[in-house]
Amino acid sequence: MTTNGSGFFGRLNWDAFPITGLIQNPNTNEIVANTAAAIVIVGVIVVVGSLTWFRLWGPLWRDWLTSADHKKIGIMYIVFAIVMLARGVLEGVVMRAQQAAGPGDGFLEAEHFAELFSTHGTIMIFFVAVPFVFGLANFLIPLMIGARDVAFPVMNQISLGLTVSAGMMLMVSLVVGEFSTGGWTAYPPYTGAAFNPGVGPDYWIWAIVVSGVGTTLTGINFAVTIYKLRAPGMKFMRLPMYCWTIICSSILIVFAMPPLGVAALMLAADRYLDFHFFTNDLGGNMMNYANMFWLFGHPEVYLLVLPAYGIYSEVFATFSAKRLYGYNSLVIATMSIAVLSFTVWLHHFFTMGQSALINAVFGIATMLIAIPTGVKVYDWMATLFRGRIRFSVPMLYGLSFLMLFVIGGLSGVILANPTVDYQVHNTLFLVAHFHNVLLPGVLFGLLAGYNYWFPKAFGFRLNEFWGRVSVALWTVGFMLTFLPLYFVGLMGMPRRSFSWEDPSFHPYMIVAVVGALIILAALLSVIVQLWVSIRDREKARVPVGDPWDAHTLEWSIPAPPPSYNFAIVPHVTDRDDFAAAKERGNAYPSPDAYEDISLSLNTGIGFSLCVLSGVWMFALVWWIWWLAALMTIFMLAAFIAWTFKAETERVIPADDVRKQHEAWLDLVHNSTPVDRDHETAPENRGLARPDLEAVT
Amino acid sequence: MALFRMSPKAMQVVIVATALSATAQAAGASDSFMDPQGPIAAVQKVHLLRATVLILLAVVPVLVLVPLIAFRYRRRKESGAIYRPKWDFSGPLEFVMWGVPVLIVVLLSFYLWKATHRLDPYSDRFGEMPALNVQVVGLDWKWLFIYPDLGIASVGELGIPVKQQVAMTLTTDTVMQSFMIPALAGQIYAMPGMTTELHVVSDVAATMQGENTQYNGRGFTKQKFQTVAMSAEEFNEWVDEVRSNGVALNDETYRILAMRTDRDEVQAALGTAQMPDNALYFTLEDSNLFHSIVHRYHGNNALTADQQPGTVEFGQEAQQ
Repeated sequence: MTTNGSGFFGRLNWDAFPITGLIQNPNTNEIVANTAAAIVIVGVIVVVGSLTWFRLWGPLWRDWLTSADHKKIGIMYIVFAIVMLARGVLEGVVMRAQQAAGPGDGFLEAEHFAELFSTHGTIMIFFVAVPFVFGLANFLIPLMIGARDVAFPVMNQISLGLTVSAGMMLMVSLVVGEFSTGGWTAYPPYTGAAFNPGVGPDYWIWAIVVSGVGTTLTGINFAVTIYKLRAPGMKFMRLPMYCWTIICSSILIVFAMPPLGVAALMLAADRYLDFHFFTNDLGGNMMNYANMFWLFGHPEVYLLVLPAYGIYSEVFATFSAKRLYGYNSLVIATMSIAVLSFTVWLHHFFTMGQSALINAVFGIATMLIAIPTGVKVYDWMATLFRGRIRFSVPMLYGLSFLMLFVIGGLSGVILANPTVDYQVHNTLFLVAHFHNVLLPGVLFGLLAGYNYWFPKAFGFRLNEFWGRVSVALWTVGFMLTFLPLYFVGLMGMPRRSFSWEDPSFHPYMIVAVVGALIILAALLSVIVQLWVSIRDREKARVPVGDPWDAHTLEWSIPAPPPSYNFAIVPHVTDRDDFAAAKERGNAYPSPDAYEDISLSLNTGIGFSLCVLSGVWMFALVWWIWWLAALMTIFMLAAFIAWTFKAETERVIPADDVRKQHEAWLDLVHNSTPVDRDHETAPENRGLARPDLEAVT
Repeated sequence: MALFRMSPKAMQVVIVATALSATAQAAGASDSFMDPQGPIAAVQKVHLLRATVLILLAVVPVLVLVPLIAFRYRRRKESGAIYRPKWDFSGPLEFVMWGVPVLIVVLLSFYLWKATHRLDPYSDRFGEMPALNVQVVGLDWKWLFIYPDLGIASVGELGIPVKQQVAMTLTTDTVMQSFMIPALAGQIYAMPGMTTELHVVSDVAATMQGENTQYNGRGFTKQKFQTVAMSAEEFNEWVDEVRSNGVALNDETYRILAMRTDRDEVQAALGTAQMPDNALYFTLEDSNLFHSIVHRYHGNNALTADQQPGTVEFGQEAQQ
């Protein structure tokens, strides 16, 4: 590919399209690359085609793309995350297949394999885990604290737009040009202009910078929402545990994302403007990059896993039919983890040559995190203890998490020892460790939350059978794929190896690829579950809104919730306020008076910025300077034009609210309450009956 | 109770054997610290096993109790098990929950502190003096070993004498790499314009694999070499062999060596019939070579691409 970028389309030419490579040199490697590109193109055609065929462009625009409703934005985040998850899992399977095809060179070329591990990591962290976490939080936070929306609804929409456009860059890189080969960490000087003059690192840089802006805005939004919009009486120590984890997560975002954005922009300055922050010559120093990247990178993993801890806390309490054990302890533990997570970044490069003293200090700081994490695990066990445990899908994810996560904790504390890290750093042992915490930790938590809150979002429960199949497949798939990698790592196999020779690795590689296929089946089972549930939705409706006999505020309103969430802003008097109200027998009070409710008007600003920033990134990657300049102007103009809009809110008259709310209250009073024996039966319309008495 | 009458050492063996037999067996390959060939890797292995046992104290209760609790307190109408829906705090339990992890971490931290200082790659406490000095240069995609005191250099084969300390100074003349001989010691990064240090020592005459663990492009997985630990006499013979069969390492040969080539390609370019199939031998013309490589990056002018090894412009296999 030419690096001469003087043409009208910058450095973009026909060589950038994978089909050119297939024609010039047909082999397995090119076929895999072209298949990936074809999947993207066919996917786009199918989506556009079906939207047109079913005449859905209008509703999509009016009800979703321009909506500033936190619930819809949350759902769109999750849809985006699941699409990206599909790509990430497929890439994982291809990589496992490549290594299982050894000993020897397998079927992929080295550079192609490197693109795969780079996109896999970037996608799974920034475009699966982050948007999935944000999607759930977006949907839940206002409902849990008794608010009608997040603090900045339009900013919320912009965050989503920027995250999606950045994610689209990774899709575009499959079809036009290539992605970075520098891993998700993109360490210079390897990713610098001298060693990687192509477009790959630039795709990475701009995707990270733009999604990073979106993420930071979301962190600010969530923090302000929880600080300022809590319903009367919702004191901090009455917040659901999940909200606490989101506060901590938001704090981490606000402090941790800037170093990443700055590091990526400094790398961009090196690549575009001939700066020397991280180059080999003229005083550049790549160690600064490593420090800044991990100053972000370590808090990042906690900003992902803390919300998952929050989900587990809600799930364990609800499905054990108990109050959450050790609330104060859990709050303290969560905050401790959040603070400590900023003090341990150096453990990602114990091997960079600093003194033993520094390594020891950071090693011990890392181990300290094991204390609050251990406490959390024990607190959850105490929540299960002397409960009445129902093995629903979220609970099964939770139990699987408890058993598998402690193994990830074990390997984590081992890695905290610089002595051992010198040996297993950069090996598959490390790969096994972080998948061990990210799959059972984060992903299982998110899937538990998806199963738990789905009926709240859409008004019907997900299919129980397929949910159980998913749990089993994810659990078995995870164990087969990643537990063998611990052993191969101890045996010394470096990560990111596209080929290997040692025959003793072979059996582990075979088991791992079988596991990867089971994970693929697990992903399919999630999709089948959704499809079956939509098909059978009439038998699973829960319009009253409380299908699980749960404790927190979001269950006290209809499912799906009205656009304004709460007809009357609740007055909170207890930690598990809804549970307490159910006990008192006044969970569904008829209010004396209603008031007008104002909500954000629909706006196209988020979508506009999504499209414009996407084109802007593409132009920068391909050096199409005139287009980049034009898009910069358009983005500024769109934003300024939006600020001139005088009317930003619509008012829902009190009378409409009253009609809607009273219709729902009628439904509540006419529904038959069910006990937990009928939790998964069609009779469960979302009205819970007091279940079992205490037995002492 | 027989277990408690055993000596502490014997008990450690029993615990390690039972808890980790799977790990030790599975990871018994020769190119790993699980099968250490020197004192540093041996201590690293012991440290791993000790830390694992200590952490298991906190982990095993979870693995045992979660299934038990889930089964005992599963929801049944006529369950005889206690049910306390309001119970959400217990002082003594809380004390144990915080106390046990704190104790374990304190103990682990003690060992961590000791081991980290003892096994510092910069420390020269292991092996017999005087140390053999080796300067290591990471190139795309091979390691160059310079023996400044012996006037020789090699690629693909690192000869070292048994028992004697090997003091390595590392840098790269391209992107960052990570140098490791797992059977002897852990890894250390090698970075352009900077030097890091690593000390290793081998207890026995053995051949061990060494490698780069930091991805750096197409030839990454071929960036391996053999570490050959030999008796003192054998080592001297090896040095003589390198000296007599080696080609001169001068600007011209270094330039070929530093191109983007993997081991096989560079062997084809520089190997002679007198050298082994998988190693290159050099005689050192400039004993300051290592320093001039490090100082390449400390000039006042930007390096052009053809002055930077590891770039396409500097040269790669296709251009030879």
